[in-house]
Amino acid sequence: MSRRERLSGNEAVAYAMKQIDPDVFAAFPITPSTEIPQYFANYVANGEVGTEYVTVESEHSSMSTCMGASAAGARAITATSSCGLAFMYEVLYVVASARLPVTLAVVNRTLSGPININNDHSDSMGARDTGWIQIYSENNQEAYDNYLQAMRISEHKDVRLPIMICQDGFITSHAVENIILEDDDAVKEFVGEYCPEHALIGRDAPLAVGPYDTQPFCMEHKVMLAEAMKNAKKQILEVADDFKKKFGREYGLFEEYRMEDADVALILIGSTAGTAKVAVDRLRDEGIKAGLIKLRVFRPFPAQELAESLKNIKAVAVMDKSEGFSSQGGPLFCEVRSACYDMPTRPLMINVVYGLAGRDVAAADVERVYRHLLKICDTGDAGETYLHMGQRSSRKEVL
Amino acid sequence: MAYNFKDEMSKKERFTSGHRLCAGCGAGMACRAIMRALEPEEKAVISNATGCLEVSSFIYPYTSWEDSYIHSAFENASAVCGGVEAAYNALKRKGKVSGDYKFITIGGDGGTYDIGFQSLSGAMERGHNMTYFCYDNEAYMNTGIQRSSSTPRFADATTTPSGSVSDGKKENKKDLTEIMVSHHIPYVAQTTFMGNFSDFHNKAKKAIHKEGAAFVNVLAPCPRGWRYETDLLPDICRTAVDSCIWPLYEVIDGTYYLNYEPKKKLPVEEFMRLQGRFSHCFKPGNEWILEEAQRYVDERWERLLNKL
Repeated sequence: MSRRERLSGNEAVAYAMKQIDPDVFAAFPITPSTEIPQYFANYVANGEVGTEYVTVESEHSSMSTCMGASAAGARAITATSSCGLAFMYEVLYVVASARLPVTLAVVNRTLSGPININNDHSDSMGARDTGWIQIYSENNQEAYDNYLQAMRISEHKDVRLPIMICQDGFITSHAVENIILEDDDAVKEFVGEYCPEHALIGRDAPLAVGPYDTQPFCMEHKVMLAEAMKNAKKQILEVADDFKKKFGREYGLFEEYRMEDADVALILIGSTAGTAKVAVDRLRDEGIKAGLIKLRVFRPFPAQELAESLKNIKAVAVMDKSEGFSSQGGPLFCEVRSACYDMPTRPLMINVVYGLAGRDVAAADVERVYRHLLKICDTGDAGETYLHMGQRSSRKEVL
Repeated sequence: MAYNFKDEMSKKERFTSGHRLCAGCGAGMACRAIMRALEPEEKAVISNATGCLEVSSFIYPYTSWEDSYIHSAFENASAVCGGVEAAYNALKRKGKVSGDYKFITIGGDGGTYDIGFQSLSGAMERGHNMTYFCYDNEAYMNTGIQRSSSTPRFADATTTPSGSVSDGKKENKKDLTEIMVSHHIPYVAQTTFMGNFSDFHNKAKKAIHKEGAAFVNVLAPCPRGWRYETDLLPDICRTAVDSCIWPLYEVIDGTYYLNYEPKKKLPVEEFMRLQGRFSHCFKPGNEWILEEAQRYVDERWERLLNKL
């Protein structure tokens, strides 16, 4: 039987880990993900899991430990944030190229520098091209549910890619909310056992992992990885279907909120969706046809599905919680705008970079973006497309 | 059982021919000798740092390794090996694997003394049941003979060239073996290729079969970097040991044992003379270099003797 609890996002993910009982957890602390290995250490200390808990000396080593463990045929997990994820970058690529389904709980925090411990998405956005699946969560329930779905996606034979389950630092990781937890046996049955065909140990044949890959083969291997990322979309949807059947909660590539007849829409990732939904409801009360898309899956990027969802929208604001320093807008903006390029008629589109390094976002801030989109609809001119919300030094005071 | 060269050499090779290491390379010799220290019924997983050995022994789709092998990156071979060992412990406990596996990490001095040092130190401190073998050729050979913290003072490397105002590398070699001893792990040793390989074999065997973390530092000459004719490798190893530049010793559970004491201690220049990387040291006016090198080796040797 599922049961109601009150947990923070970190504890929710740690609890999911306990229920799954992975083989190896490589642990290293960094704010705000530190609580995850702490909670898990208590499960280990009290004999509640059979996990080998390896307290490494850095995030580079935690990801490397996961790589070795996963290649040995074990279910290997870790958790990190910010600079910790950045320190893993080299190994993230290697793990993906070796097609090892490591699961990484990311608690999103801004990257240094300047050093700041609060939330934005610059850490995982920096890792967007590493060959990892990326799934983002709005709240603790989603962090828990997404984590329960992670391994079935990443371990599937058509995918075999590592996966990041992301939640917003502090906003989700430290805020205690109501949550529905599923029964241990039901979780174990849903997630299943991991038993890869090939592994470094426990098989009749030895396995060689991580070759020097020369020009006649290396590009083929990279394209195979790219194909696996395409395959992941189908698996994400199938696992979500099964999850709904078993546990009743529904997930897709993204969530559409009041999009049916919307004229103006926002696209964003993570906890700000809760705030934006309040803004949408207020605007709807005024008769304004506002809608929201909350992206759940960033890798693989659901380009066709987003384009389909946006086809009747007049003006869209893509909300980036990371600054890409591209001079053209954040990473989500670039991807969404590219997704819309092949549409016969495209919505007007702007980018709003917001909430960097924990800058607070209130419903009123989101409302201002919608009202800006209404002006764009009236004039038919998107104007400046690369904006920063609430930026005190900006001469463009539009937001 | 006493070491029998013929028996050991008749074992099936687990590091097989066809690899692309240079003739006269110490890394290949080290790998063959490491793998001979395993009993035929013992399975092993090799974790290898990026370096000459990796890019020469596992070029897709070929491998020289008969056992399971994993390469990830330059600086993380120890952490990867620790992950494999952790997986083994968990899967064995859960009844998913059986049999006896040995976990072996191999890296060059760049991947061990320098960029892989943190990963090595962490894995040793955690006490994974694994053995780290460093094939120490005293520079970054794979990228073209750049100095490492293992390069000895006065050696000519491509980032410490000798020149009109340079005598080669300015700093002394890091004493990694002693740093590993300070980790208080069950087994630490230094060895190289001597005679019938009994010293190497016995140490590799002890290291691999001792419970807990073990570290073996292997002086492994590089003909390209040290600039010697390939058939001189045995002479170079012998003079390194007989001059006390590279003492053969082991530290078992904290107790030092000297495995070989030269009957006649050779001058350090006997070792240096065989190698092009020290040729500038023999130019007139550079006698002080040879004296300084001798003084340093004598001092280190005395310190070691005091630990016995």
